[in-house]
Amino acid sequence: MSAEPLVARRIVRHGFWVTTVALLAIGGVYVRALMYTPIEVRQGAAQKIFYIHAPAAWAALMAFALVGIVSLLYLWLKDARLDLFAASSAEVGLAFSAVMLTTGPIWGKPVWGTWWTWDARLTLTLMVFLLFVGYLTLRAALSDRSERARFSAVVGILGLVLVPFIHLSVYLFRTLHPTPILLKPSRPSLPPEMLTTLLFGLGATTLLYVGFVTIRYGMARADEARMGEEGSHA
Amino acid sequence: MARWLRLALLVAAKDLKVEVRSKTALLSSLVFAALVLVVFNFARDATLVSSLVLAPSVLWITVAFAAVIALNRAFNLERENASMNGLLLAPIPRRVIYGGKLLANLAFVGVVELVTLPLFVLFFNVDLWGALGGILAVMALATLGFVAVGTIFSAMVVRTRFAELMLPVLLLPFMVPPLIGAVQATSRLLTDRPLSEIAGWLRLLAVYDIVFVAVCVWTFPFLVEE
Repeated sequence: MSAEPLVARRIVRHGFWVTTVALLAIGGVYVRALMYTPIEVRQGAAQKIFYIHAPAAWAALMAFALVGIVSLLYLWLKDARLDLFAASSAEVGLAFSAVMLTTGPIWGKPVWGTWWTWDARLTLTLMVFLLFVGYLTLRAALSDRSERARFSAVVGILGLVLVPFIHLSVYLFRTLHPTPILLKPSRPSLPPEMLTTLLFGLGATTLLYVGFVTIRYGMARADEARMGEEGSHA
Repeated sequence: MARWLRLALLVAAKDLKVEVRSKTALLSSLVFAALVLVVFNFARDATLVSSLVLAPSVLWITVAFAAVIALNRAFNLERENASMNGLLLAPIPRRVIYGGKLLANLAFVGVVELVTLPLFVLFFNVDLWGALGGILAVMALATLGFVAVGTIFSAMVVRTRFAELMLPVLLLPFMVPPLIGAVQATSRLLTDRPLSEIAGWLRLLAVYDIVFVAVCVWTFPFLVEE
């Protein structure tokens, strides 16, 4: 019997608090987006979904990148906690990419006149979603822990390498998606009130990601501890 | 380097010998490819869509699906009688085993493609002759990349219960860039466009091959360590 279950429980509790704060912050983002941020001239009220769509996309891509980077670290350091973190990040990333993929078409229909289009970034994010699904399906199908960790780390790395290729190959189709407004070389072209709301949204979503991943990671640690204990009794 | 290549060829030769003797995987892949072509023919309205418009997609979808079927074979072979352990005990580097498996898969998928191509010409009445060299080159470039990734994945999925279902779920996303490049290049080759129009796509395919063969060779030893 070790202190592991207690550690896991403490991690889950921390995650719970972070998540609570993040959810309140997201509520705040919505109050701000609806009441204090001007309505976009051409897109009307539909543009409000932007304040949840873009942050969800950000969180999903961050989750994906972290899965890849942590997988690389896992193959190097072979620390089981890195594997549990990658799995947690993939699960949370799948949830965020589902939010991104559902809010996107709802915004796209009134503004572009179509639910879906095979533009570069839409395709990329759909592929990220499918890679998350593949990663988690493989994990679920493997029972040996060391094998699961090593296999999924390799999938995580290959996925990270794949994404630039998908972007490059799809980019040659014409793109409808709004061009980058934040990270472009010149000044951000978003009006300051909208920019503040967006940045607030990005912050809140990042916090929500941290909260979710912490809870999920704590649960994975608790699972591992229980399995280890059962193993030692057997 | 030459020694490594010789050892990899030995591993590949072993796989191909087993295949030549049983012929089950090769035959079923070939029949599958032919059936996909037949089904495709009925999935279009010949009076509305000319075969030339649809041809590149038909060819590449068929090749991709047949390749997935064929790739399931690579490590399935080693599951029976735990012969993977025998292979791992052999005094050769793990990366050489990957190299051998990759070569065998390339030969295998290559045969499937070479049989699919004339069937495709026959069923879809496409005049390939002028563009044959270009199409074979595009085929070689596109195939190397996704077979490299597919070989890694087939080593993983044999350890799961639903290997035949798992492989496409993992591999199809990785087939997207090679397929886009191959379809674009093929449709330009079939319509006699200048070579400069496909140079970019060929570069993309070549970079994909180099990057993924390198990453796969590097990661394979992690899959088989004890």
